Amino acid sequence: MSIALDSAPSALGEALRSAGHGLLGVLRQPVLLLAWIVVVVALGWAVAPGFFTSVSPYEGDPALSFAPPSAEHLFGTDRLGRDLFSRSIHGAGTTLSATLLAGLLALGVGTIVGLVAGAVGGVADTIIMRVVDVLLSIPSLLLAMVIVAVLGYSTNNIALAVGISSIAAFARVMRSEVIGVIRTDYVKAARGSGTRGAAVVLRHVVPNALGPVLALAALEVGSAILAVASLGFLGYGAPPPEPEWGLLVAEGRDFLATHPWISILPGIALAAVVIATHRISTSFRKDHRR
Amino acid sequence: MSITETRTERADAAEQPAPLLQLDDLVVEYRGSGRRAGHRAVDGVSLSVAPGEFVALVGESGSGKSTLVQGALGLLPAAARIERGAIAYSGVDVTRWSEGRLSRIRGSYVGFIPQDPGTSLNPTKRIGRQVIEAVRFTERSRRSAAEHREAAHVALREAGLENTERLFEQFPHELSGGMKQRVLIAIALAGQPRIIIADEPTSALDVTVQRRILDHLQGLRERLGIGVLLVTHDLGVALDRADRVLVMQQGELVEQGSVDAVLRDPRHEYTRRLLEAAPASHAGRLEPVGPRLPVDGVALRADALSKRYALRGGGEVVALDGAGLELRAGTTHAIVGESGAGKSTLAAILAGFGTPDTGSVHVGGRETTHLRRGALRELRRELQFVFQNPYASLDPRWTVERIVAEPLRAFGLVQGRAAQRERVLELLDAVALDAAHLRRTPAELSGGQRQRVAIARALALRPKVLVLDEAVSALDVSVQAQILKLLVDLQAELGLSYVFVTHDLGVVRLIADDVTVMRGGRIAESGPAEQVLEAPRDAYTRVLLDAVPGTRLASAKEARA
Repeated sequence: MSIALDSAPSALGEALRSAGHGLLGVLRQPVLLLAWIVVVVALGWAVAPGFFTSVSPYEGDPALSFAPPSAEHLFGTDRLGRDLFSRSIHGAGTTLSATLLAGLLALGVGTIVGLVAGAVGGVADTIIMRVVDVLLSIPSLLLAMVIVAVLGYSTNNIALAVGISSIAAFARVMRSEVIGVIRTDYVKAARGSGTRGAAVVLRHVVPNALGPVLALAALEVGSAILAVASLGFLGYGAPPPEPEWGLLVAEGRDFLATHPWISILPGIALAAVVIATHRISTSFRKDHRR
Repeated sequence: MSITETRTERADAAEQPAPLLQLDDLVVEYRGSGRRAGHRAVDGVSLSVAPGEFVALVGESGSGKSTLVQGALGLLPAAARIERGAIAYSGVDVTRWSEGRLSRIRGSYVGFIPQDPGTSLNPTKRIGRQVIEAVRFTERSRRSAAEHREAAHVALREAGLENTERLFEQFPHELSGGMKQRVLIAIALAGQPRIIIADEPTSALDVTVQRRILDHLQGLRERLGIGVLLVTHDLGVALDRADRVLVMQQGELVEQGSVDAVLRDPRHEYTRRLLEAAPASHAGRLEPVGPRLPVDGVALRADALSKRYALRGGGEVVALDGAGLELRAGTTHAIVGESGAGKSTLAAILAGFGTPDTGSVHVGGRETTHLRRGALRELRRELQFVFQNPYASLDPRWTVERIVAEPLRAFGLVQGRAAQRERVLELLDAVALDAAHLRRTPAELSGGQRQRVAIARALALRPKVLVLDEAVSALDVSVQAQILKLLVDLQAELGLSYVFVTHDLGVVRLIADDVTVMRGGRIAESGPAEQVLEAPRDAYTRVLLDAVPGTRLASAKEARA
């Protein structure tokens, strides 16, 4: 452990330096800057909704049913007169926490599965990768729907389902990285130094293989948000009074012709966040390549 | 072609024909936000190549020689810019020419032979098509397809290749490195250029192949009267082949003159250092600074090792065929051979990274092939391995301290951080590094420093035997000399025994006590270094020895002594 601590200052310095570079780069690209602002605001909505609005997302004023967007109700109100802006803000928490859960699940399990396949090799590799192939061949939204249908309708189960359906992609990338790293001279040298197998994998292989996997994780965030919202839209998620982005869009679809803002404004918020995360993750990928 | 016309006009105007290539005070700088931003790779270089002249440009890695060549050919990477100076071909200034205009000169006026024959041919096209393409692209008047074909055959034959009908239908992967390099020469010759620029054309090739390629370039110069600019890191090659030698250091030309002048009276200190460091300038083995620690007995013995690999489409490759060697304690046993000789397979088996099909290896009296994992781990304390490429053998994310301490931690040899740091510093000190390097990562070290770190790591367990697989081949000559010196000193001080695998016979001379020459998985010749190097019994050993560049260098050294 002492050794790990030891290398911390230089790693920290490097991180700070690259963060400094990153910040300069972001300021030079207005679209990227905008993307960051969108994501930070969305995260703010999720973490501290009370800070952005004091209006309750649940209590409506029936007299104000279907009020169009105004200074008082930025996104307008719905059939029950509930403030849609407040509901969107509170919905961010549900949608984004489900995304986070799904992402961590996919990243964690996918990485471990890929690591085992790549590092152990042989029959284990063949079996694991064939299972992964099967998973990859099923459209992920369909797979997620099946899983939710089996587990029951709830936001947590949506997270679980979306997570499981993207494990395969992570396992694939991790495996190919591990196979590449394991062949390098420094891994051979570590074995030659007497370091035992498991320690070689943890100290050399994992840290050096993780880069592209994390880049993929960043790229997957957008599609995970979309998948979570899609399942919510289809009604697999939180039951109605609960605000959730997919559900908000779904609730408005009956009134699309007469009161379009009910669906469109939460939809725009959702789309903006997805596009923003995608823009940010591609900027990571470019940095990585350079 | 406008350039030819202009050339004749100029030639009429002046008595002396203009040099084929002339660079005046050329400055190339890297821009943008990349790692090399603001770096002046070429800093005020002037040079010229006259018709029929063979000029060699020598420099170590990072000296700017490749950037110079790219600049002269108009092939600079996007981040590099010509800041100042002029490039002229036969007196025609092409410095500000557009890419399209420059591309017409390349091939038809100046032929370029790139560095790596392995990646410079298109792997999906047959050789014939690639040569015909070059012929068609550089033709001066319209010709028929049959004529193109004929011209391509002529170019291939000119490059010293036989059986060109068959070659026409082959793909690059079916050819050896030497043949690929010849195809590249043929492509360079296809446009009947007046000057050939070759960037390290032979550094990836075996010495015997290198010799044939260089002989051929010289022959072309004499037969066709073309000028040659050869870029190389190998002073021995440059001095053997060129009329004139230019030495480049950190973007500047520090020395230029005829071969004789450079050999007799090098002006610049750097040239003297290069001459000093060149393996060919040393007659015998390097002597350690201190006294040799007396050790005797046999450190390692290998008998009748065989190894076969099955090929994918059936059949098999014999990597080792009854090879054996004996390493006397406290000495260096060099294993020499060209690519495919089986020397790396042998080294891997000796170090326990591979198992032979038959045969045995004894380290300090213990049989070490087919050891179980635990016993193999114990073997590591006796025998350590140093890899060829110091850029790949150190974990890029680790600090020097952590890298060197890895074996110590693996075997629990030090207790506590203070003790660990102390031992790491001791090891770094042994390889002439210091505390300032502790916190650096491999990316912050030079090639030589990295190899020192790798050696320090190998010494951490106080092994008795080191297996060094091409340990100095990836390094510049001057760095190579330092590492060899270090190895010799460490050997004397610690009583180490080395198995030293290399393709470079020049290096063998400096370090070996015994030499084993390998060919096709078999031992061609084995014996004491003086006997094998001075009075070889095997015909193949003689061929190898004759092909080593640096004869002029060695004879100049003798004359001076």
